[in-house]
Amino acid sequence: MLKAEKIVSTTCPYCGVGCNLQLHIQDDFIYRVTSPFDSVVNHGNLCVKGRFGYDYIYNKQRVTTPLIRKTRQVAGSRTQAFDRSEWREANWDEALDYAADRLVEIYQRDGSKAMAVYCCAKATNEDNYLLQKMYRALFRSNNVDHCTRLCHAASVVALQMAVGSAAMSNTAAEVVESDVFMLTGSNVSENHPIIALQMKKAVQKHGAKLIVVDPRRIEMVNYAALYLPIKPGSDVPVFSAMAHVILKENLHNPQFIAERTENFEAFAASMEKFTPEYAEAISGVDRQLIIDAARMYATAGKSAIYWALGIPESTHGTANALSLINLALLTGQIGRRGTGLNPLRGQNNVQGASDSGAMPWHYPGYQTVDNEQNAQRWEKTWNIEPGGLNRQRGLTTTEILSAVHPGGVQALYIMGENPMMSEPNLNHTRKKMEELEFVVAQDLFINESGAFADVFLPAAAFAEKDGTFTNTDRRVQRVRQAFPPRGNARADWQIICDIAKRIEKRLGRPNTAFWDYSHPSEILAEMGGNVPDYAGVRYANIEKVGLQTPVPTEDHPGTPYLYTKDFPRGRGKFHPLEYVPNAEMPDDEYPFVLSTGRVLEHWHGGTMTRHSWMDDLFPEALMEINPADAANLAIRDGGPVRVTSRRGSIVLRAKVTPKANPGVVFIPFHFWEAAANILTTDAVDPQAKIPEYKAGVVRIAPAFDEEMTAAVPMQIRGRY
Amino acid sequence: MSDTINLIIDGKQISVPPGTTILAAAREAGIEIPTICFHEATTSNALCRICVVEVEGSRVLLPSCVAHVSEGMKVQTQSERVTRSRRTILEMLESTVDLSDAPEIQTMIAEYKADGERFPQAKSRVSTPIDDNPMYLRDYAKCILCWRCVQVCAEDAQYTYAINFSSRGYDTQISTFYEVPMPESTCVFCGQCVAVCPTGALKPKRQWLLELGRTPDEIMDLTRSERRNRRRRVEAPSNDQA
Repeated sequence: MLKAEKIVSTTCPYCGVGCNLQLHIQDDFIYRVTSPFDSVVNHGNLCVKGRFGYDYIYNKQRVTTPLIRKTRQVAGSRTQAFDRSEWREANWDEALDYAADRLVEIYQRDGSKAMAVYCCAKATNEDNYLLQKMYRALFRSNNVDHCTRLCHAASVVALQMAVGSAAMSNTAAEVVESDVFMLTGSNVSENHPIIALQMKKAVQKHGAKLIVVDPRRIEMVNYAALYLPIKPGSDVPVFSAMAHVILKENLHNPQFIAERTENFEAFAASMEKFTPEYAEAISGVDRQLIIDAARMYATAGKSAIYWALGIPESTHGTANALSLINLALLTGQIGRRGTGLNPLRGQNNVQGASDSGAMPWHYPGYQTVDNEQNAQRWEKTWNIEPGGLNRQRGLTTTEILSAVHPGGVQALYIMGENPMMSEPNLNHTRKKMEELEFVVAQDLFINESGAFADVFLPAAAFAEKDGTFTNTDRRVQRVRQAFPPRGNARADWQIICDIAKRIEKRLGRPNTAFWDYSHPSEILAEMGGNVPDYAGVRYANIEKVGLQTPVPTEDHPGTPYLYTKDFPRGRGKFHPLEYVPNAEMPDDEYPFVLSTGRVLEHWHGGTMTRHSWMDDLFPEALMEINPADAANLAIRDGGPVRVTSRRGSIVLRAKVTPKANPGVVFIPFHFWEAAANILTTDAVDPQAKIPEYKAGVVRIAPAFDEEMTAAVPMQIRGRY
Repeated sequence: MSDTINLIIDGKQISVPPGTTILAAAREAGIEIPTICFHEATTSNALCRICVVEVEGSRVLLPSCVAHVSEGMKVQTQSERVTRSRRTILEMLESTVDLSDAPEIQTMIAEYKADGERFPQAKSRVSTPIDDNPMYLRDYAKCILCWRCVQVCAEDAQYTYAINFSSRGYDTQISTFYEVPMPESTCVFCGQCVAVCPTGALKPKRQWLLELGRTPDEIMDLTRSERRNRRRRVEAPSNDQA
């Protein structure tokens, strides 16, 4: 029997739950993963990714030495190089010098507008803080963003408009204290599996009632008291109709409205037209279900709302999120345990990357870049001459690639992201990637985006570096180095410091912004100096249990739930709403609505999980389609189908299942062989700039086996 | 009903809230009672009976993991009758189950001087390890039927219900329904069952391969992309061969 050489405590690198892990290691090989049963986050439970999904660290395709493209790439005809024969190995000095030379050359020629960077919600707070610092302090560019734009951007914008903060108001584990909780746009049992366990427990053991509002018949429907099977994009009518019912039946909370909110009259007037009949006509949900849901949510002692990307990933995502926020303000279901507005964040550190300023409109701590005081504060911290920092808001993730053209963005630095899988309308993304003059990729594998790079900088995996992740309920937790990086790979924060020093030297800056950190804890301390919510977070305080921000002082115990007395903006603001249809609505030519998302066994662009044995468990893309729709189209379970949108076409297997409601199909976006994002629309929400991943329209036809590019024998899986 | 219950364990006066099990009361008082099937994160079912204690006035020994305290109770955790019972349980386990991956039970066997040869006619449980998925192995020759895996798969954690007992009596074994391979069951591969298994009957596949003497390098050769690459190399001979 194997006895671990060492057991290292750390935090899971997959989803936003932030499960506590114990890595059992022999010869630097993780052979077993457990979790402490007294963990406050996950109580010893893990999902398949958290328990078994770390073998990608040792995958033989992993790049562990810096690489430089053999053929010099030219804007307009840039190609993808997956094969190692197209790259030559370099040492760190050579790779970093080359990257710094080219970046500085482009910056000195075209200025800050030519520079852009994708930070990474999988990397640590420290990594992200440093990368945005490098682009802001050295290239004077705010073209800094990460995948939060593609995930909860509209939730963040809506929450900032209405309450002035953008995180989960409560702790996920509090769900067992709720009397009623509403889950919408969240397939939680696959995407936040450990929160799903707590929700199932809340229903089964604590008598909580669950309302599910979702266009897919997800597993949690089995636990629901009410299920509202809405058509994609009808969120605003349904939730506003709930508000309409609450107002008509006097179930609102006048005291809370009077003391804690503003703009009630205008909002109430705008809810007048959202009758249950009107909502039924748009959403397809029986009006009585909407009335029942409204009563159930409003009359319970403690009601909470949980949502994920089904709400924000829409051209009216901000309005969708506001329609939920309105409900909480209307009933006063916020500011107490077991209540609240809870956007479940996708990535392990999307909360932290946003907190750390990896966003184009904000310095760390959500300090807007176009505010003079904020700019001066960071100029002082980073030793920059007064007026040196760029006061203009930068480009968002989606805008960065659209801005790739002469006079626009020329050089792109990608840390850990995979836009060639995760951006909408990938054919367009590909064209834009081809037009870039220079690309740096910092990652573990040459993924679909890194294959476009000129320089590849091999980064350390989560188990090979120190740092912190901030989970979905704002808990800052330690990530610990369990063993040295494979080969010549290095921690992201070290790579960034080394390249930043080279860039600074080439730019001939009189003062250094400072890049000589001996440990990531010093980086977090620097950030905490200017970010009050993190001011009290010190590594020494989070050794055993993470702290939930805000942590204003070093002796502060953290903040499990927010808004007890007031909102960050003072009063919570109601927003009047209008119904706006999706950018594309089904028609005769494209009769089906396509929703995209994740499956339990995989992670986003697949850089990690498709290099893991989890790829054996779920080896290919499957399109979920309702049995009635499948019968109409003569599609059999496991049979190949061609799915076509206005932007592209893919072939994959169909999975005929009642999990898909009629008229709506679902395709996961992890598989390059049948990339769902070839089909999705790049129409965005005007305020949050988030694309409509959840509601493109497609047509579907049976296809031939030969058309599947990477067919594997059909696997039978029994899970829901 | 009073707020506290007073009882005596091994001569020691103890006060605990009503509803406390004898096991919890003893542990709070620093008195160690051995357990096998008990786990703090699962519902106790008193299956293994190693935690039995002698309670004055009780005809049978009581499993302390589920028996609640009562006022004036007098408990002995190490009486001759208790020790003999535990020794017999260990001897029966040792004679039928492969305990090579259960160091805690081996320690108990030594401590209680259990004689593994006491039941020479006993039939050992035999099974070949079931390797039907990429995540974990099931070797039921090592299974003591503690029920923890079934519990965490059900209401104690996962609400997945992929596994349960099959057959009866000596043939009882943990199984998927109709013994379908694990991927065809409702299993979500969370591995909670692996985490609570006390005897190594459930084991991560990579751990199992390491124990078989495979190197990490050899293990990673089993990755799908590597298998695919090898197949491609075999199918498409390189130019100089052609």
